[in-house]
Amino acid sequence: MEGRILEVRISVNGVDHQSDVEPRTLLVHYLRENLSLTGTHVGCETGYCGACTVIVDGRAVKSCTMFAVQADGASIQTVEGVADGDELHPVQEGFWECHGLQCGFCTPGMIMSSIALLEENNDPSEAEIRHGIEGNLCRCTGYHNIVRSVQYAGAKMRGESPQGASQEVSS
Amino acid sequence: MSTTSVMGGVVRRKEDPSLIQGKGTYVDDIKRHRELATAFVRSPFAAAAINSVDASAALALEGVHAVYTIDDVRHLGLNPAQVAVGTLRPFLADGVVHHVGEAVAMVVADDPYIAKDAADLVFVDYEPKDAVVDLKEAYADTVQVHDGISNTLLTWAGNAWWEGVIDLPDPSPGIQEAKERDDTVVVSLEMVNQRLIPTAIEPRAVLADWNSGYDSVELWSSSQIPHAVAGAIGMTFGIPSNKVRVVAPEVGGGFGLKLNVYPDEILCCYASRALGRPVRWTETRREASVASIQGRGWIGTSTITGTRDGKILGYELDAICDMGAYTHNFTVAIPLLGLFVAPGQYDIPTSYALHCVVTNKPTTDAYRGAGRPEAAYYLERIIDAFAREIGMDPADVRKANYWKPDQFPVTTQIGLTMDTGDYATNLDSLLERVGYEDLKAKRDAARAEGRLLGIGLSTYVEVCGFGPSALAGLGFSWAGYGLPTAFNGSGVVRVQPDGTCTVTIGTGPSGQGHETTWAQIVSDGLGIVMDNIEVQHGDSLDSPVGVGTFGSRSLAVDGTATYEATTRVKEKAAIIAGHLLEAAPEDVQFQDGGAHVAGSPDRSVAWAQIAESAYQPHTLPEGVEGGLESSVVFSPPNATWPFGSHLALVEVDPETGDVDLLEYWATDDCGNVINPMIVDGQVHGGIAQGVAQALFEEAIYDDVGNLLTSSLADYPLPAAENLPMFNLDRTVTPTDVNPLGVKGIGEAGTIGSAQTIVNAVVDAVSHLGVKHIDMPLRPKRVWQAIEDARK
Repeated sequence: MEGRILEVRISVNGVDHQSDVEPRTLLVHYLRENLSLTGTHVGCETGYCGACTVIVDGRAVKSCTMFAVQADGASIQTVEGVADGDELHPVQEGFWECHGLQCGFCTPGMIMSSIALLEENNDPSEAEIRHGIEGNLCRCTGYHNIVRSVQYAGAKMRGESPQGASQEVSS
Repeated sequence: MSTTSVMGGVVRRKEDPSLIQGKGTYVDDIKRHRELATAFVRSPFAAAAINSVDASAALALEGVHAVYTIDDVRHLGLNPAQVAVGTLRPFLADGVVHHVGEAVAMVVADDPYIAKDAADLVFVDYEPKDAVVDLKEAYADTVQVHDGISNTLLTWAGNAWWEGVIDLPDPSPGIQEAKERDDTVVVSLEMVNQRLIPTAIEPRAVLADWNSGYDSVELWSSSQIPHAVAGAIGMTFGIPSNKVRVVAPEVGGGFGLKLNVYPDEILCCYASRALGRPVRWTETRREASVASIQGRGWIGTSTITGTRDGKILGYELDAICDMGAYTHNFTVAIPLLGLFVAPGQYDIPTSYALHCVVTNKPTTDAYRGAGRPEAAYYLERIIDAFAREIGMDPADVRKANYWKPDQFPVTTQIGLTMDTGDYATNLDSLLERVGYEDLKAKRDAARAEGRLLGIGLSTYVEVCGFGPSALAGLGFSWAGYGLPTAFNGSGVVRVQPDGTCTVTIGTGPSGQGHETTWAQIVSDGLGIVMDNIEVQHGDSLDSPVGVGTFGSRSLAVDGTATYEATTRVKEKAAIIAGHLLEAAPEDVQFQDGGAHVAGSPDRSVAWAQIAESAYQPHTLPEGVEGGLESSVVFSPPNATWPFGSHLALVEVDPETGDVDLLEYWATDDCGNVINPMIVDGQVHGGIAQGVAQALFEEAIYDDVGNLLTSSLADYPLPAAENLPMFNLDRTVTPTDVNPLGVKGIGEAGTIGSAQTIVNAVVDAVSHLGVKHIDMPLRPKRVWQAIEDARK
């Protein structure tokens, strides 16, 4: 199979791409190697860690469990495409304000899952947030501040004026 | 955001804008022109002789450039180690393999897909041998892992590389006498502190580019210790340190696993030199489970002898510690680190025997806490058992045996000096915040209804911030990597000609927020706004010394170096500003982006003007040299000793054994705090890893040494649904070993938490007759313990 090349047409962050790929090329490798969009990370290659999460036609997908050829004709959003120019997406802002990241490696996937969650329900309970990001593993934060970040982003998306980490830290 | 009075304040991280937009640069994000990719052929056996390696089919595959075996790299020697006690690892297996996953051959090809295809085509003829997996069998020398003795500072026979025996097997007379007294109680438990796989979410990645024209090499590596890697490369290839640049860019989590020099780092340099092209290797998750280091892996018995009023008259710990198949960076020194804190916060007689044995499993080395979580676990579990035995509250037993604040500095039994501590105040602060008495009443009420609620408490003391240069005499130096440096820190502070500032430090973050914290230190000292300070790190050629980010040491050591460098820059800047303002240097104050004369805020000058003068020497006062920078190497007089108290409330489902972690409180004391938001984040993550050990994670091997948990499907990292919010607080007992008064916080959460959870679960089921359950406390194990106790 490895010798065969197929043509795909994929829209990524609003830009149309036409590329030749091997059938076995994973979507995450296509994004990283063919398009140089290295914000989407590879953490486990088995669909457990979620570092490779992107949004495909509106749904959060782990891009290491999908071939590039399966995304033919799809519209994909990666972490590079969520800010509006210089204006951060509320979820990005939440992660910054609430110290929702440490090493940052899981963060792009975590942000994409959080966006997918909040676009479905912008006022989730803590339990709904924890359930919504259960497919994304973080080894640094213990999730405490990630939950806070998503809560911040939800409030922002509802038009409220949330407070960042300075409101909570211990004395 | 741009504030100048920032020490101790919450400041959003400077690191984050790039990371939240997918613009952070990790090793795998870097591309070099004409780079090649690598895959390793790894042993499927834990112990086997290698009869032959046939790479002909792999070499015949289009796009394959080379297949290397030990015959190609034997002349490079062995993979270096800092504490070279035990058997060093060959760069590729040399006629024999000692654990599953050991690299036998290295394939270099046009891309990773071809490299993996080719690796599958390499035929290795193995002759399997008996492997030793169980720790007690290893210690009994039923199978000897290594045939010969070589390349070690010490000599040994059998599988025990090093035995840290203090008082045993001839126990201290005081403890023996206490055991024989009529009024004492002796409580003993054998417990397992299981092997763990550190599991940074970013797998390790390496990219080497050897330029034969300059005869120099650049290596990008996801490492906590770029300077040590550079030293090892220089030593291995015989080139000076100024010809080796090792860069650790963004590092996606470390936790100790990236605190090693690995063969792949050396081998990629070798291949790049041999092939004249850049060579990359990126670890797969399954490789990460067998080819990087693992952590913990002790089986031991702890014993307390004490009176019924809670006074402890002796603490004994006798444990076998799993080293795995080869020595890496610290390996045998990890149990030694545990010994440093084995008596915890207590003024009690102690006696230890730690047996470091080799097994046919991947190497163990530092994993977050590194010996100290193990030590805290054995001590704090047995204190709980002792409290239960004598019917005393576990908090009261602890307080009855604490070192008192006025006893500091305390000299421990093995001769170390603990800097500062106020343990009872810290514990009382926690208990008051928790509402301990009410919580116990709630637990008891629930128990009366048949619900199994449990409260677990643990206190801990950590030793970190390494460390004094004198430790070099104990083998804690970089000499094993060809670098004649002790555990120093370095900081270079430079005011640029435009008045902005660059700070270059000897350690780099793998998530700890160095860029922000260091900028706060410099901003506070110089009054340069945060946005105008850039912190550079992770480049072995940029700072004079870099020991690395581990052992909760960066701030206490490298942070102090930066603080001292800041002070020196400030002294010179005061002379220049005083000259510009026609004032005495001692009257110059720095804040809000410039300097002014004390008491006369209007007489001010901006940093841009001070810098402009500094770089135009003709404008400077007589005798003042041009430029405005300082480079400081700091060697602390001692390590630091943070401490804290943790408390958990759990509920056990009697039908399923499932443990629900309902609440978690921690009151830690890491001395002074620069950025409380970052410190809290470190504690959150640390607790999560301790809870992970207590409830979920275990590296499981079968009888012949196969790792059964080599994917994230089998090795369950906690997800968001598995953890609660954490209730944190602090007490502040500054250290006196550095001028910042800071101690370190990276590992505290992990050291304090695993036994807190186990103590809570055992508390929930102790009235049913359960005395102990080994980690991880998965439902089946808890359910079985309840069932066994009922019989």
